[in-house]
Parts: sequence; structure tokens; C-alpha cells
Amino acid sequence: MAGVSTKEIKNRIRSMESTKQITKAMEMVAASKLRRAQAQVSASRPYFEILYATIQDIIRSNRELSSPYLKARPVKKVMYLVIAGDRGLAGGYNSNVLKMVAAQMEGQDAQVLPIGKKAVDFFRSKGIPALTEQYAEAAELSVGDCFSIAKVLSKGFLAGEYDQVYLSYTNFVSVLTQTPASIQLLPLREQGDQANPQRRSDTIYEGDSEDVFAAIVPEYLGGILYGALCESRASEQAARRSAMDSATQNAEDMIADLSLKFNRARQAAITQEITEIVAGS
Amino acid sequence: MTPFTLKIVTPDGLLFDGQAEKLVVRTIGGDVAILARHMDYTAPLGMGRAVVETAGQRRTAACMGGMLRVSGGEVTLVPTTFEWSDRIDVGRAEASAARANKILADQNATKADLKLAQARLHRALVRKSVGSAK
Repeated sequence: MAGVSTKEIKNRIRSMESTKQITKAMEMVAASKLRRAQAQVSASRPYFEILYATIQDIIRSNRELSSPYLKARPVKKVMYLVIAGDRGLAGGYNSNVLKMVAAQMEGQDAQVLPIGKKAVDFFRSKGIPALTEQYAEAAELSVGDCFSIAKVLSKGFLAGEYDQVYLSYTNFVSVLTQTPASIQLLPLREQGDQANPQRRSDTIYEGDSEDVFAAIVPEYLGGILYGALCESRASEQAARRSAMDSATQNAEDMIADLSLKFNRARQAAITQEITEIVAGS
Repeated sequence: MTPFTLKIVTPDGLLFDGQAEKLVVRTIGGDVAILARHMDYTAPLGMGRAVVETAGQRRTAACMGGMLRVSGGEVTLVPTTFEWSDRIDVGRAEASAARANKILADQNATKADLKLAQARLHRALVRKSVGSAK
């Protein structure tokens, strides 16, 4: 009886150990990918910030600008650009951002452009129409892809196919914290300080200021999208790393627990044997 | 010449941050040279050669897409791609131009393909001319 039990425990310890090896390996892979992703985030951040500041500046100093990109229309259809991961086992990374989007699009006539396999699957199962599913691999997306997505989106917006465009992604705050976020891409809105609203603009524009705007907006969207993609990728690796770290920790705890049980069972078997021998002599 | 603050940022990172004396870039309206104390200015960029002159040094680059902005005497160049001439692989640019030419010569190519190929050819030619005129 005791023999069966020690054998069983031994088997469980062995299987826990192999699980631990796998989670440990995944953690290390994620950690090395995270380093690369983090470098990419810090390289793309200045671009992202300058682009954003410039667009805000143009919007602020050109109140009379009548670009269709700026005009808010009655909202009938909303487009969501959702960036999630390609694989699971990343803690709450995928479900956090997807849940947030699902809650936000409640009651809206929504359409999505999913990026990442998990996002594609999620919206397919929910029956929400996708503009295209060709960007299923979030890890393979290049800067060029971001710019072509931005072009498609701005064209669709101008054609009136949707009246609002949101971008949902995961913000890489630190290695330990990643928060899902949604930003409104179109129509463009003035954000932040309203300190000097009547600032006069003496800026000269190459061509018409509206032409400039029309040429810059798709570029701007592409840049923002690329930045969000970098943030999301880094977040995914960070989330996976910490999920795998805690999985390894749990496996270690279980192994310690089982080893204790195993030793107790073995001791009990020995004691019983001795009692039997003593009783028999 | 009086220097001014110039920043060049692409999605790949900050490529230049410092003092420059002259900047020449190709905007959608043609080549534009910026000197110190230029007035506020915003222009979308085309595809072409960019020249950055710093104290006694002149560097050229292939600069495509994005925009140029002068604000309060500070110049910010935000291109989609920006490659210094010494970083350009002329062989690759030539191969890319040849590929694009092949698509352009193809009778069955769709309109979208032709447009892409045209843009690619343009980029490749800019790269080639900037890269080979070191």
C-alpha cells in the first residue's frame, strides 16, 4: 500500500520537474526577446513623441483648418484596431486588452482590424466583422505594414466607411506592469494643455496647409501604429516572462511539497516494515 | 555660419541630434535649404537626397516620406526612412530597381502592383544615386 503511494508521488515529482524545465526555458526565451523589444521601444519613442507633438501643434495653431480628418461626424460605425499577441501563455496579456475592447464596443456598430492571432480568433468567435485578417502575425509586422495599414484606415475614414477609429494596445509601463489602453486615432482631437488657445500661427506651409495635413496624417497614423506595436510586443514578452516565472515558482513549491510527502511515505513504509519484523521475531 | 539645432528622428531611433549649419531636403514641392533663423515652417517630405552640413563636414543621405518642421528656430526632420550615404547598400538598391522594372514591364500586372513598383523604383533610384555619389 505504502509502496504504491511512494511510486505515485515519485511519478508526480518527475512530471512536475519536466513542467518546470519547460516553463523555465520559456521564461528565458521571453527574457531575451524582451530585451530586444525593450531596445526597440526606446528607439521608437522619440519618433513617436515628436510626431505626436508636431501634429498637436499644427492642430492647435490652426483653428480654421477644415481638414476632414479633424471633423467629428455623428458616430454610426466605429473601427477598432486591436493589437494582441500570437500565442497564449502570457498571463493576462491577451485577455486584458481583448476584454477592454469588448467592453468598449458594447452597443456600438463596431468593426475590427485585428493584429495578432489571438485577436483574430477572439473577434471571429464573437462574430464581429473584421476588415482584413491578413495581419494575423503581430511578430512579423514591419514598419512598412504599419504605414500601409494607416493608409487603408485613413482612406476608409475619408470614404465614410466608419466615423471613428480607435487603437487598442498594451502600454509597456515597466517590466512588471503593462496596462491596456485605447486611443482615438480619427477624427484627430486636440489634447492636453489649452493654456494659450489663441496662439497665432505664422508657420509657412509647403503648399496649402490642408495639403500638408492630408499628406502628414497617414504618416502620423503609421508612426503611432508602429509605436503602439512596439509597446505591445514588449508588453507581451514581459507578461510572458513574469507568467512563466511564477509558473516555475509554483512548480518548485509543488516539488518541495511532494518531496516532503514522499519522504514521509517512505519513512512510514520503513517503520511499518521494522514493526512487522520485530513483531514476527 | 551660424549653427542651429537639428534633430532627425525615424522609427528606428534618433539619427542626429546636434548643431548643424545647413540642411537640404526634398519636400513634395522640391528641394528646400534651411539655414539658421529660418521662420516657422512645415512641409511633407518627398523622396530624395538630404544634405546635412555641420562645422566643416558635409553628409548626404537618402530621405523618404515624413515631414520637416521648423519651430522657434529648432529644426526637426521626421522621415519615414533616412539612410546616411555610407550605410546604403548600392547593390541591394540596384537589385530592387531591377525587380521593380521587371514588374513595370509586365503586361499582366495590376494597377496596385504597378503603383507599388513605381514607388519602389523611385526609392531604389534615390538610394542608388545617393549611395554611389559618396
